[in-house]
Amino acid sequence: MTPGSTMSQPVLSVRDLRVEFATRRGVLTALDGVSFEIERGEVLGVVGESGAGKSVTGSAVIGLIDPPGRIAGGEIRLNGERIDNLPPEAMRKVRGKRIGMIFQDPLTSLNPLYRVGRQIEETIRTHTDLSAKAARQRAIDLLAEVGIPAPERRIDGFPHEFSGGMRQRVVIALALAAEPELIIADEPTTALDVSVQAQIITLLKRLGRDHGTAVMLITHDMGVIAEAADRVAVMYAGRVAEIGPVAALVGDPLHPYAKGLMGAIPSLSHEADRLAQIPGAMPRLSAIPPGCAFNPRCPNVFARCTVDRPEPLVVGSHRVACHLYDASGQAAA
Amino acid sequence: MKPHIALKPVIAPQPDYVQVRDLRRLFDVSRPWLNRVIERQPRQYLRAVDHVSFSVARGETLAIVGESGSGKSTVARMVVGLMPPSDGEVTISGVSMTDPRQAAERRALRRRIQMIFQDPYASMNPRWRVDRIVSEPIRAFGLLNGEREIQARVGELLTLVGLHPDDGKRYPHAFSGGQRQRIAIARALASEAEFLVADEPTSALDVSVQAQILNLMRDLQDRLGLTYLFISHNLAVVRHMANRIGVMYLGRIVEIGGGRELFTAPKHPYTRMLLDAVPDLAHVGRQRVPVQGEIPNPINPPSGCTFHPRCPFANDRCKAEVPVFRDGVACHAVEEGRLMPGGVAAVA
Repeated sequence: MTPGSTMSQPVLSVRDLRVEFATRRGVLTALDGVSFEIERGEVLGVVGESGAGKSVTGSAVIGLIDPPGRIAGGEIRLNGERIDNLPPEAMRKVRGKRIGMIFQDPLTSLNPLYRVGRQIEETIRTHTDLSAKAARQRAIDLLAEVGIPAPERRIDGFPHEFSGGMRQRVVIALALAAEPELIIADEPTTALDVSVQAQIITLLKRLGRDHGTAVMLITHDMGVIAEAADRVAVMYAGRVAEIGPVAALVGDPLHPYAKGLMGAIPSLSHEADRLAQIPGAMPRLSAIPPGCAFNPRCPNVFARCTVDRPEPLVVGSHRVACHLYDASGQAAA
Repeated sequence: MKPHIALKPVIAPQPDYVQVRDLRRLFDVSRPWLNRVIERQPRQYLRAVDHVSFSVARGETLAIVGESGSGKSTVARMVVGLMPPSDGEVTISGVSMTDPRQAAERRALRRRIQMIFQDPYASMNPRWRVDRIVSEPIRAFGLLNGEREIQARVGELLTLVGLHPDDGKRYPHAFSGGQRQRIAIARALASEAEFLVADEPTSALDVSVQAQILNLMRDLQDRLGLTYLFISHNLAVVRHMANRIGVMYLGRIVEIGGGRELFTAPKHPYTRMLLDAVPDLAHVGRQRVPVQGEIPNPINPPSGCTFHPRCPFANDRCKAEVPVFRDGVACHAVEEGRLMPGGVAAVA
């Protein structure tokens, strides 16, 4: 932890983040006024459909937005310290040391030519001043912690010798190597089978709890969010539609998009004759409608929605960007 | 029984429209010949599908669920005839799909059977306009004569799946994933199909779009009396779609049963484990002990019941003897009465 951080300060605080991509056909706004924070030991689930901006949010936080994309506004603070405007070299030190990353496909995060032990030891030695011997011991401990059987033997294996679930565990060990303050997990369980997925979710939750690491869990799977997250942010067309505690958001979503999303998910526990369906599809970045981005698909749309962009409003434990919940528009709900 | 060559009138309801008996598929995964000779290794086979039997009644949806490598897609491919089985028989509407003596009947039946794939874009020619894609089966089977009739039929099909007749003038790349899947369904229906095999039709789609496609598939089934074989890894989707569900593990069907029974009173320990493992909206903040282990290597599967290394109810018999499929389940523990059909919690 950085000196000067206090308990009340969130590990990650994102304010009014705006990410733009300059293309030949004009500037596309991938993220527009995204704000959220993640507390110590908390798992924030970020959900949305493809194109909602979930992964761009993750990339912006770790400073991996490639040109022509750029952070055009807002700020990102890690334990109070601004990291969105750091020079590339300084950001490289933050990445890996203070922010760990887990991606969907573990094979792309691992070098197929190096033994997994070497990759973990390298990460440890880059970010800490442990000796080679101590680093190896720490790597073994990490592999044991993420649930890899016989770690003292498996540490000398190559990535291809591990199964999909075991590889993802290695990637998690790699992300944990430097004891980061924040872990960004982008679809960590999407490529895995359900029985293995459950094991990885349990592992992520335990790590957040035991180490006090903040976790940003990006996924399209509401089931995973329901089980793993403490709070949820629902994204739509580069904006946060609604954010709130997981039980409140899943049980009683306020934003019409969040409502539609929950109704569209087939459930194991009850039978529905028809699934709720949201007409249409997510708008393209080049054609985001004026006013509320969801207005062409919204069942509760009214005149103001097509003109005025809704600002996030605090409603109970939720924060929702919808005119229905504006004091004057309350009756419309 | 007379062969049904003229299929226009609906055949009297048969209990089993599709019958699959003892289907097997082996894949040769041996090393090259020289390696085998030098290293003295025998040929090696992967049993992708092993003694699978099931039936689907007309107008019914049978779903097959399983994790990756369980053989569910191989079953789908063998049922539609994209892959010849190593052994066993598939009979659709009374016509054997393998018997050489029924070739003529089989040719007449072909257009009644269609498949929908996971990635619709990969199954369409990107240089063809949508109307050409959808009309291809009509032309190939010579169902309609005259360009005007064909175009009218294409417009009708596109409307049926919730698109606009004018969409036929555009190319596949101009459509979103959900719309492409609608086009794939329209093409499948173009040949007046009555049996659709859908292999993970919504796995590549976002949830709100998935809901649209699932609703569409159910509406079409109600309107046209279609029969579905629905392959998916997603238990919640399967529960929503299927009348009956078969659960596959390492090439075998371990349990098959009506949707409600299977979900409320699963018998096989693997079914219980799967139901327990799926994250669901109803499980907010659930704490649990996940099942350990992963699917073993299918080239060298465990002896006896292939699930025994992960099964909390396994005993010596399970390690030695392959359980017989009886009363909808293949499990020694259920057969011996050691394990009662019941709640999911029994495993956790």
